[in-house]
Amino acid sequence: MPIVADRKLDCIGLFCPMPILKTRDALQQMDVGQTLEMLSDDPASEADMQSWTARTGHDLLEIDKHGAVFRFLVRKTR
Amino acid sequence: MARSSASSSERHGRTAASAAVSRVYLDYGGFSPVDPRVVALMRPFLEGGVGNPSAPHSLGLEARASLDGARAKVARLFGGAPGGVIFTASATEANNLGIRGVAQRANGRHVVTSAVEHISVLNACRHLEKRGYAVTYVPVDAEGRVDPDAVRRAVRGDTALISVMAANGEIGTLQPLRELGRVARERAVPFHVDAVGAAGRVALNVEECAIDLLTLSSNDLYGPPGAGALWVRPEVPLGPIILGGSQEGGYRAGTENLPAIVGMGVAAELARSEGAAEAARLTALRDRLLGGLLQRVARARLTGARGAARLPHHASLVVPGVKADGVLMELDLRGVAASTGSACNMASGEPSHVLRAIGCAREESEGSLCFTLGRWTAAAEIDVVLDAVPAVVERLRRLAP
Repeated sequence: MPIVADRKLDCIGLFCPMPILKTRDALQQMDVGQTLEMLSDDPASEADMQSWTARTGHDLLEIDKHGAVFRFLVRKTR
Repeated sequence: MARSSASSSERHGRTAASAAVSRVYLDYGGFSPVDPRVVALMRPFLEGGVGNPSAPHSLGLEARASLDGARAKVARLFGGAPGGVIFTASATEANNLGIRGVAQRANGRHVVTSAVEHISVLNACRHLEKRGYAVTYVPVDAEGRVDPDAVRRAVRGDTALISVMAANGEIGTLQPLRELGRVARERAVPFHVDAVGAAGRVALNVEECAIDLLTLSSNDLYGPPGAGALWVRPEVPLGPIILGGSQEGGYRAGTENLPAIVGMGVAAELARSEGAAEAARLTALRDRLLGGLLQRVARARLTGARGAARLPHHASLVVPGVKADGVLMELDLRGVAASTGSACNMASGEPSHVLRAIGCAREESEGSLCFTLGRWTAAAEIDVVLDAVPAVVERLRRLAP
């Protein structure tokens, strides 16, 4: 069953570092265990999100791409 | 922050003679105080008696003449035709105009750039990627230098533009523009150079380096913020990215910021006449700073190129075992303003793309420090930093777990 995100964040049209900064700020306002869906069409955001979640320890549950738009599903872990 | 420090140093006359150094400003790469001679010549353009350069009266005609005078002064700095200068509001805007403006007129759908460009070049390229262009980000060596042969190999039949910076603002490395220009000319691809940081500090000539488009920043030349320029070789097809009236030949709509543009012209003139002597003075101070820091801070390592292969005013290093934010905060408390060299890095907490590109380990890149010297940097300021940095690093390393 697909995960329904607790919160959605639209970063379409923005470029590095804004998708990461806005993801960080959104997660700060959420509870541990909650999930955030972030949409971005910055070609750099796939690598950026992978490296940022690896460093910060949040779970990157899903990455998929619809046309030019990436959809990231992140679970807050701490 | 930088701005208030600039104006306070202006009040104090900003001379080396203010011997008791209360404030050490080594973040000229972040903001440069505007030269008082520039401010003096800008003043009448702010205080009245000047028209809109497009206006049909005599004040408008005078404004037009001042605008074209600034154009000629800016062009003279790098040996370009004055008619090719398009004034913008910033170097970021000039980079966008150069890259997106050439791409929209070209038949080719491919751009070659380097992995260490300024964020305004990288994000303009990503914007093109989103619109179906392919972009090759050519890697750099451990000192941050682009290999012209790698650029040659990256060029394809449909390459619309090669864009490589003159010098890196984070690690100070100068790029081999002459060789890169030769590659571009050989393959008949327009060559764009982001010359922020290098202009006015190292010799730069668009004919010698076969440059077709060149980006400049006013503030980087000790001119006012709020102005930049893109120079375009007249035969290179360009399209506008800001639409409106017929200012700047239709390539950059919007009433010209005449006071800032006049200031940029004066700043360019001063850079042309004084740049070489200033570079020699700063090179000596820079070498003393870098040499001293590498000697006094255990395990510190230079980032970027050495000696003549780097910007004369630029010192950058990585210090393992400390976080740059912590060092900068402690230095600030001691009256020293410096930076990590990368705003992007500061904001997201990710290692900067430049340090990643030169193969810095994460632990090292967290301790990245950047000192940029300038027109009013005094020897006494270097002494302060040579005392402060080793002490701060030692303290922070002791506190670290």
